[in-house]
Amino acid sequence: MSSYSITEPSRRQKWFAGVLVVLYALITILPLVWIIGTSFKTPSDAIAYPPKTFFTPTVEGYVNVFTTRTRLTEEQLQAVGEPQTWYDRLVRKDGLVISGPSRFAERFTNSVIIGFGSTVLCIVLGTAAAYAFSRFKVPLKDDLLFFILSTRMMPPIAVAIPIFLMFRSLGLSDTHAGMILLYTAVNLSLSVWLLKGFIDEIPVEYEEAALIDGYTRFQAFYKVVLPQAATGIASTAIFCLIFAWNEYAFAVLLTSGNAQTAPPFIPTIIGVSGQDWPAVAAGATLFLVPVMVFTILLRKHLLRGITFGAVRK
Amino acid sequence: MAQIRIQNVRKEFGAFTAVRSSTFTIEDGEFFMLLGPSGCGKTTTLRMMAGLELPTSGEIFIDGEEVGMKPASKRDIAFVFQMFALYPHMNVRKNISYPLVSQGMKREEVKTRVQEVARILKIENILDRPVGGLSGGDRQRVALGRAIVRQPKAFFMDEPLGALDAEFREHMAEELRALHDRMGATTVYVTHDQLEAMQMGDKIVVMNHGVVEQFGKPQQIYDWPATKFVAQFIGSPSMNFLDFEGMIGIGGKSVDLGEAKIEVPAAREGRAGKLTLGVRPEHVRFATESAYRGRVTAVEYLGTTQIVTLRSSHGDLKARIPSDRPVREGELVGLAFDARTLSLFDAETGKALRSDANDGVLGHG
Repeated sequence: MSSYSITEPSRRQKWFAGVLVVLYALITILPLVWIIGTSFKTPSDAIAYPPKTFFTPTVEGYVNVFTTRTRLTEEQLQAVGEPQTWYDRLVRKDGLVISGPSRFAERFTNSVIIGFGSTVLCIVLGTAAAYAFSRFKVPLKDDLLFFILSTRMMPPIAVAIPIFLMFRSLGLSDTHAGMILLYTAVNLSLSVWLLKGFIDEIPVEYEEAALIDGYTRFQAFYKVVLPQAATGIASTAIFCLIFAWNEYAFAVLLTSGNAQTAPPFIPTIIGVSGQDWPAVAAGATLFLVPVMVFTILLRKHLLRGITFGAVRK
Repeated sequence: MAQIRIQNVRKEFGAFTAVRSSTFTIEDGEFFMLLGPSGCGKTTTLRMMAGLELPTSGEIFIDGEEVGMKPASKRDIAFVFQMFALYPHMNVRKNISYPLVSQGMKREEVKTRVQEVARILKIENILDRPVGGLSGGDRQRVALGRAIVRQPKAFFMDEPLGALDAEFREHMAEELRALHDRMGATTVYVTHDQLEAMQMGDKIVVMNHGVVEQFGKPQQIYDWPATKFVAQFIGSPSMNFLDFEGMIGIGGKSVDLGEAKIEVPAAREGRAGKLTLGVRPEHVRFATESAYRGRVTAVEYLGTTQIVTLRSSHGDLKARIPSDRPVREGELVGLAFDARTLSLFDAETGKALRSDANDGVLGHG
């Protein structure tokens, strides 16, 4: 090719860029692949050295993560009788019987309630605050916005002790409401700032047109601004959910019996004989699913949202 | 349909005063132009009429009812925005029917009304299209459709042709005027384009720095500007100003510009000191016998006419003369002015002096 263009990358540049992207994707995805792989191994395959890349897959890890098991003697096994279900048979190979459900399902549900609950609260409060900051004359607006952002200027865990004491005296320790409140408080500043950026981009004329067309301010906000802000709301929701979903330190500190989320629970999964790595991996794999589904559902909005502010409509 | 009255309306944004005590009346069925340079307060005035801004003080009457503090949704008016502000998440039909839906109108009736409006605007074929891909002209028509569909008391338009390209603007201006004549609704139209204002308006208010400079019919404003600002803002090329020291008494019919005695309409107020003689380029004639002379510095050929720029002892001026008169640069020519068309201004205040010719049309509202 003899033509030369400064905007069109050359073939070599494209090739180089492609290699970089693939390399980066590999580095990112490798730990995930390893965890998912481990979740389908037997405990002995999981700790084999050198590590096994090829193995006979089993769902034992998944059965183990949802159950507790007991080792019985031959006579006791005789007394229990033949295993009835496929998962009974699976554990019986190792001379075990299922003695009950584990707390994983419960912890997972806690994660869903707390993660999605705080995300919804963040979006509702964040959108309302962002709209007010974007459209109305708020006294000391700039100072307030700075103040809101300043809550993110140190790691949240730095205030763990005051929060721990506060939660204890307010009776919020180890409650769903407490964790939802905490994650909302941490995420709200991000949510307000992101959403304000998105709402600023929506021309105010749309609302004015709706006001003149006979709608109230709230109807104009609800029917005209919100659909326009869908992109921003979707990407903000993903950021909020990912933070709340993955949060570990506060969850360890503030929850135990009742409102414990999955992150502090998963590493405590212990098998009958030693650490049950496939079960841990299975728990981690399952834990990934909700965020992935949520992100894929909102992907259409997310791709547009990531370039927020860059393109005028 | 309604009369709109603006009384002592004032708007301040913090320390900045956007509109200073405006007063004027828009008669029922008028096509009314709010004209002025950017930042003159015309859009703010319109937005106060529409209820998108609240006046700091003063009263606004629509159809005899004081609406100054009423929300926009309660005023029964329609607004066409410069950027059209079509709801981007709705198609054309939904955009047009949106104001009707808010009134809780029955679906069947909404449908007929939208169809009717689409027929008038010739947009029936795009009713089910999303608004995103429409051309500027079609967007404009949809915005108009959304305005006329509810048959409001008045239409407010904020530079609605500003976003269109020049070629199409002309066409759309005609369409707008025709639509107005057909509907007969009171229309208030904001523009900074003096040609657009004169072409379309029944009446014009010229504003500058938040003040109403003049109020009247387009021709009155063109012929008898109330201030030097209006004289300069309206007309292209704008009115010539010849500054001189002199005097005129009540009933005086001439002024002295150096050696030359220039006839003017009989004065109704006298003034002495710094004055300005205002003359439109088309009222300047070449006259060899005239004592007032100028030297040609430039010539612009415009087809049937030509614009000749001249240097006189009282400043530069432009003359619009037929192009069959050959003109050379550097030529010294005698200049005569059409006495019936001249305006005299007080050079200090910029206000026109009253004369037999302009009396009664220098209204400030």
